[in-house]
Amino acid sequence: MTYTQTHDSIAAGVPDKGEMLRVLEPDGSRVPDATLDPWITDLSPHELRALHRDMVLTRRLDAEGVALQRQGQLALWAPCRGQEAVQVGTAHALAPGDFVFPSYREHGVLLGRGAQPADYVLAWRGEEHSAYDHRTINAAPPQIIIGAQSLHATGWAMGAQRDGSIDVAVAYYGDGATSQGDVNEAMVFASSFRAPVVFVCSNNQWAISEPVTVQAKYPIAGRAPGFGIPSLRIDGNDALACVAAMRWALDRARRGEGPSFIEAVTYRMGPHTTSDDPTRYRDSAEVDAWAERDPIARLEAYLRAEGMLDDSGMAEVARAADGLAAEVRAACIDATTRAPETMFDHVYAEPHGGLERQRAEYVAYLAGFEK
Amino acid sequence: MTALTLGAAINAGLSKALESDERVLLMGEDIGKLGGVFRVTDGLQQRFGAQRVVDTPLAEAGIVGTAVGLALRGYRPVVEIQFDGFVYPAFDQIVCQVAKLSYRSNGRIRMPLVIRIPWAGGVGAAEHHSESPEAYFVHTAGLRVVAASNPQDAYVMLRQAVASDDPVIFFEPKRLYHSKGEVDLDADLADAPPMHLARVAREGTDATIVTYGAQVRTALDAALAAEDEGLSLEVIDLRSLSPIDMNTVAASVRKTGRVVVTHEAARQAGVGAELVASITEQCFEYLEAPPQRVTGHDIPYPPSKLEKHHVPDLDRILYAVDRVRGPGAHSPVSHEPAAVDGGVR
Repeated sequence: MTYTQTHDSIAAGVPDKGEMLRVLEPDGSRVPDATLDPWITDLSPHELRALHRDMVLTRRLDAEGVALQRQGQLALWAPCRGQEAVQVGTAHALAPGDFVFPSYREHGVLLGRGAQPADYVLAWRGEEHSAYDHRTINAAPPQIIIGAQSLHATGWAMGAQRDGSIDVAVAYYGDGATSQGDVNEAMVFASSFRAPVVFVCSNNQWAISEPVTVQAKYPIAGRAPGFGIPSLRIDGNDALACVAAMRWALDRARRGEGPSFIEAVTYRMGPHTTSDDPTRYRDSAEVDAWAERDPIARLEAYLRAEGMLDDSGMAEVARAADGLAAEVRAACIDATTRAPETMFDHVYAEPHGGLERQRAEYVAYLAGFEK
Repeated sequence: MTALTLGAAINAGLSKALESDERVLLMGEDIGKLGGVFRVTDGLQQRFGAQRVVDTPLAEAGIVGTAVGLALRGYRPVVEIQFDGFVYPAFDQIVCQVAKLSYRSNGRIRMPLVIRIPWAGGVGAAEHHSESPEAYFVHTAGLRVVAASNPQDAYVMLRQAVASDDPVIFFEPKRLYHSKGEVDLDADLADAPPMHLARVAREGTDATIVTYGAQVRTALDAALAAEDEGLSLEVIDLRSLSPIDMNTVAASVRKTGRVVVTHEAARQAGVGAELVASITEQCFEYLEAPPQRVTGHDIPYPPSKLEKHHVPDLDRILYAVDRVRGPGAHSPVSHEPAAVDGGVR
């Protein structure tokens, strides 16, 4: 469903049942879509295979994160299983100069930006608040305060606009975040200043235990036009639709047409985090139904049907995924905890008298145990 | 030297900052054509353009949150919150984002933001227009918090705040906006006292009054009045509330042995509590009497017809001075503490 012109044709009250755009059916068959098709005609077999590969890698990385948490190596993990298409698909559409503002669940986006193995796990292990250097992968530290990054993305885009650059900022968040004031204020600012920013809402149906109907009685994509922001509601388990929608949005931003909004309808197959127990609040039948719409199986079926992927290709991808998982595991298990006095570092850019005194006191206290 | 009001001095500081660094930009509500509700940004949009002096939507979280993004892109935003009581919608962005991004990123990200806040009462304003929220920010690691008490400091400290790679909450005492003072507009920042240092606003020997912002004026008036009674009061203008320059405070307290702390903000867990605790830790053996706090009451800011009973005045400060001088000192009322709790909580 597009909301570029109007949003009065959507059935109110059923946000997860509204229409959405797709080019791949759940069984992998290719269907035409006038809005999306123009943006993916040039996707080469190589690019399509890379898309599939990164989705498989993301799923394998995610499974490793869960396993590492179960084995006591990570304090927590937020699984992204089921959401690989929107994360990897949108990330694949980006240019190197674009800057993403992810939430804590966007492992596939980080992978798409070129994160290193340790980057995925050190924060979840409790070694760092943010493991990676934002400058090397053009990604802000993962945001835990729901929706706060939408404003940062908008401000960054306002800066890019002032610089006369074609760089675009992307804010990633979930359906729950759309209830936050920050997300709505971000849309006001982005619209008023025509900021080159893309809002990617992964509507995974659940905000911990709250179904999306608690956040929205109307398709989330339908809100954006009220802010003057065109939006697309796409099948978030269709990787090609995700690439296409993202290219549409990025192109608008680069041409100076301002912000766009994408609601990618998907499903959180796992728990909110490893601390969560979804059996308390949702039916297994619902989970089973969404498993039938798996994003990786869908792309795989399409690629096999097109002759772009075979068993040996699959085996090679599986090997690469296992390789990444092993690297992530090693980076996690080999991590060393830094010296306690370093926890006083970087609170300020310039020395702060009161804090320097506290650091000295604590270092002296610790030294007392070494005598 | 030029005679300027405190508001005009800040305007001059902003103008200088915009002139000398093209990455500086101002954001806020009504700061453009109107020049801000206090006219502090008067003429700046006309001079520097709407891309650098930006009238924003009326959303404080949005203003601060987009400023975070601009800072990530390399800009140095100076944000105006229209009134002290309007800062709370931005509290999450300030506390969770602005204050923590350097720490969260191991110093890879800097947040060179200045958040200017017209601040405190005594101007007969409506509800939510006279608040003193400084303790919230002083309590927050990662923020620097300053309060200028005169035009010269306002001019220099504003420029220092813009130059700092740390986020600075810049409190502007609104009841002094129209008070004039001499300002050296050509002052070299390198020669100016660093922003974090306190200033001995008046030297004295009998007791120390520690304060900041508009209360510096009140404390100086109190010291002048005490002089008539043969009392020599030292007044410390903290200037910076995070960090607090305890060296200057402690040196004064060790000299006088007696200290009164005064601020307009409520007493409970306020900056005065931090000061008195630190003074007690660092100067205990020099103290001749328990330190006294003269503060706003632990009430929401009262209706303006009552504010003269809330904002500490000269008499309340001198009353506390009498108490730190001990039983021999003159006082209009008993020094015996009133039994207030009566066992009731």
